[in-house]
Amino acid sequence: MKVSIDDLHKAFESRVRLGIMAALAVNDTLDFTSLKEYLDVTDGNLATHLKKLEKEEFIGVEKSFIDNKPNTKYYMTEEGKAAFDEHLNVLEEIIRSQK
Amino acid sequence: MKEERDYIQDLTEIRSMMERSTKFLSLSGLAGIMAGIYALVGVWVVYSVYNFNPHDIILLTTGSGGLFPYLPQVVIVALSVLVLAVGTAILLSWKKAKKRGEKAWNATSRQMIVNMAVPLAAGGVLIVILLSKGLVGLIAPFTLLFYGLALYSASKFTYKDVKFLGLIQIGLGLVSVWFIEYGLFLWAIGFGVAHIIYGIYMHFRYER
Repeated sequence: MKVSIDDLHKAFESRVRLGIMAALAVNDTLDFTSLKEYLDVTDGNLATHLKKLEKEEFIGVEKSFIDNKPNTKYYMTEEGKAAFDEHLNVLEEIIRSQK
Repeated sequence: MKEERDYIQDLTEIRSMMERSTKFLSLSGLAGIMAGIYALVGVWVVYSVYNFNPHDIILLTTGSGGLFPYLPQVVIVALSVLVLAVGTAILLSWKKAKKRGEKAWNATSRQMIVNMAVPLAAGGVLIVILLSKGLVGLIAPFTLLFYGLALYSASKFTYKDVKFLGLIQIGLGLVSVWFIEYGLFLWAIGFGVAHIIYGIYMHFRYER
């Protein structure tokens, strides 16, 4: 199979989005604060990237309240998992073909 | 267009994120060594200063006049060892996390602590009950056993090597239920020697 750069999904061009997907791939759910700590980004920046991934339906959102404080949890959808796996495969192929 | 180096960096970052978000890697080997030393000093104090070494499950029955006179002191020594060891572990983990540019108190370490806390709390309550019933001989074996279980369940969220340390503690705990008279000795092996060996191993494997 011939792979090209075009096969890389646009949604994963950003490092932050890639990081979100990587963290969610190995954790059932993560809340906003935890993601922020792992990625070391600002609230606004993270929120924007999360919105984008949500729009692609790669991640899902679960909103609930803990002691009246909003608690937002994110998880990876089946679609997101498939897209992320595919992205990793393409990355591997590209690197291998350039060796 | 992206360079090949960028793709490799992408993969490296993905791998690092997956590890960071599931494993607490700021555990310090040095803290293990220190905990082992505190434990050995503690055993030495209760053994040689207070002459404490239970030979039987029931060493003391409350109210029968056979009460071990230094039991409160022994409990204080044990609690001091615990506080010192936990304090050192927290301090050194915090320092190590800072050096790695991470936060020690994150979602992963919280998960690890919760997984440790359940067996530890069960063991702690059990030991208070044993103390109140005067079953002092069972305390050393049960602390080893429950500490081992705590390590085993915490190992999912940190270095895999912690699992082996947990299994060793569980094994020593079970052996010392059988040989109550060697309880203090086996406790010194588990909390003292095993911690020191583990700490040295971790230090050379991950901190060099």
